[in-house]
Amino acid sequence: MFSLLKRNLQTGRVTIPVEAGVEAEYELVGTRLKETIARLLGGRSLHIREVDAGSCNGCELEITALSNPVYDVERFGVHFVASPRHADVLLVTGPVTRQMQAALLKTYEATPEPRFVIASGDCAIDCGVYAGSCAVSGRVEDFIPVDVKIHGCPPAPLALLRGLLATVERLPLEICHTTRHEKTP
Amino acid sequence: MAERRFDDSCAELSVRERARLASLIATDDRKKNNTFGLHCVFSLPRKKTYETLTTQIAAEQPRYPSLTPRLPSAHAFEREIFEFFGIEPVGHPDLRGLLLHEDWPRGVHPLRKDFSQGTKPERTQGEIFRFQKVEGEGVFEIPVGPVHAGIIEPGHFRFSVAGEPIINLEIRLGYVHKGIEKLAEGRDPLQAVDLAERISGDAAFAHSLAFSQAVEQVALVPPPPRAQSLRVIFAELERLYNHLGDIAGIATDVGFSFGAAQMLLLRERVLQSNQRLVGHRLLRGVNIPGGIRREPQGGALQGLNDFLSWLELEYVCVERLYRDTDSLMDRVEGAGILARQVAEDLGGVGPSVRASGVDEDLRRDHPYGLYNELKFAVPVLDEGDVAARMLVKMAEFKQSLALIRQVLATLPDGPCSIPVKIIPGSGMGWAESSRGEILHWLRIDSDGRIERLKVKSPSFSNWPLLPWAVKDNIVPDFPLINKSFNLSYSGNDR
Repeated sequence: MFSLLKRNLQTGRVTIPVEAGVEAEYELVGTRLKETIARLLGGRSLHIREVDAGSCNGCELEITALSNPVYDVERFGVHFVASPRHADVLLVTGPVTRQMQAALLKTYEATPEPRFVIASGDCAIDCGVYAGSCAVSGRVEDFIPVDVKIHGCPPAPLALLRGLLATVERLPLEICHTTRHEKTP
Repeated sequence: MAERRFDDSCAELSVRERARLASLIATDDRKKNNTFGLHCVFSLPRKKTYETLTTQIAAEQPRYPSLTPRLPSAHAFEREIFEFFGIEPVGHPDLRGLLLHEDWPRGVHPLRKDFSQGTKPERTQGEIFRFQKVEGEGVFEIPVGPVHAGIIEPGHFRFSVAGEPIINLEIRLGYVHKGIEKLAEGRDPLQAVDLAERISGDAAFAHSLAFSQAVEQVALVPPPPRAQSLRVIFAELERLYNHLGDIAGIATDVGFSFGAAQMLLLRERVLQSNQRLVGHRLLRGVNIPGGIRREPQGGALQGLNDFLSWLELEYVCVERLYRDTDSLMDRVEGAGILARQVAEDLGGVGPSVRASGVDEDLRRDHPYGLYNELKFAVPVLDEGDVAARMLVKMAEFKQSLALIRQVLATLPDGPCSIPVKIIPGSGMGWAESSRGEILHWLRIDSDGRIERLKVKSPSFSNWPLLPWAVKDNIVPDFPLINKSFNLSYSGNDR
């Protein structure tokens, strides 16, 4: 362990910026995100519940990557929660399959109002390559109201972060002025 | 001579050759000769071949003697065929729905040719799916899913427990069934590669490779040498990032977040390297039947060599950290033991069963592309626990690094792809993904369109192993054991 710690000390901070370009932009967008969340939510984090409504798992892979040491999205005040009951935002991926349609609706209903929905990835937006399949029910917005769309197959971490920024900039005032315990399930 | 029964022939082949049932494929040939076809693909690792036994089933009330009583590995395949084709395996012990849920109308079989593309059957009030019931004093059921607490895919787990120990686990999947096999029908094979890349997102390259090789087999077009070399590089890069993620997941699930962060950092670097190489972190849009459609630009390949050297140095340190951390190793040793017998009987594949003493790897036993000419070892362990699965992946990681270096050292010049002229026929392509065997069975019709695509993902083979591995373990160890297999829901459900 000590050899690794020594290496880590030599390496320094890996959390970006490391190189120019995409990563520097990530830092920039992240900083704006952090300021906006701090301003609007008064010191608490934005709580997101991820729902896979039928994705190929590519979207999940990139959303998970947001939490790795390079992107470390929690430092901007973005927190992924385990239950829709704790969420401000649902982040939905995948075309809505026939067999996830009911679960998606139940998850949406379990999310306390006011709530916000992001359709993340091309499939969530227009069913992507699965359009026209007998086993796919439709786009996310065919079943629940969608507030923000993030394009990409899958959206890379920077695209996800930009989508989150767009989300907080459009958050309805009710979310901003509601503390957690005031929300009614 | 009296015709031998199909189940006898299959069972005999499996015993005589110690053959593993790799896939069971049904085809709707009613237009041609008023039958359904049933094709049973066996892997014969000792002969380094696949062998296919085929039978025809009369279209009126299609049924045949089930293979499952003597070949347990046929269980899920036969259930799937019963659902999607309406062919009844007589004597099958369990014909409950597998991928289609109760509101799918009975008697509607989506892979039959008279079910037209894009039909969306009405939802019906079907029979309730009955989970296996464990009864006794103090036995409780714990239902979990389909929406889980983490950022993962959907599926339902039904635990029967007495206190902490798990008596029985039943897994119900199908939630992310997207009808990919049906969707592929009628498509131009050169276009369908986009679909193959989206069967399981983290195996995009391996699936596109198996699919492309199937098309190339039908068209009798071997891709040029440079494409063969690049395919090895990309396939091994995919294995690198997946294994790093899998190992990190084990650290996460025992609460060793420092270790997990170190592995996830390396994984992110591999994804970034993929982006630099071909412009996509998950290596999508790279393969095409006939070769590679997106070639690494300029000095990107030289940069890859330097990157691999850096990666190896870092990785060795992190791996030592894992091995030296008692709190991690204590949790993983002895947890979730998968017996070799179970792994073999149920037809398991990939690193998950190589950790239980099953010595099979397609790259060595069914060599495709360039693998015949490369030197690498296939790590095998006997313990069958979470630790063994983690250690096998750690050993494979180093083999993959060595493989990429070998290929980079002798990378030939020349074109990256050749045009493929589609001709009718059938073929099979396969690849050893980070989870194990991917098999694409393909038939192309006289118009040059896909008539049938059967995708066998490694997760379809391995999901039935998980209940055996978690049996008698405590519920809090389930996430850990599940992670050590890291199966794809989308790959299973398709």
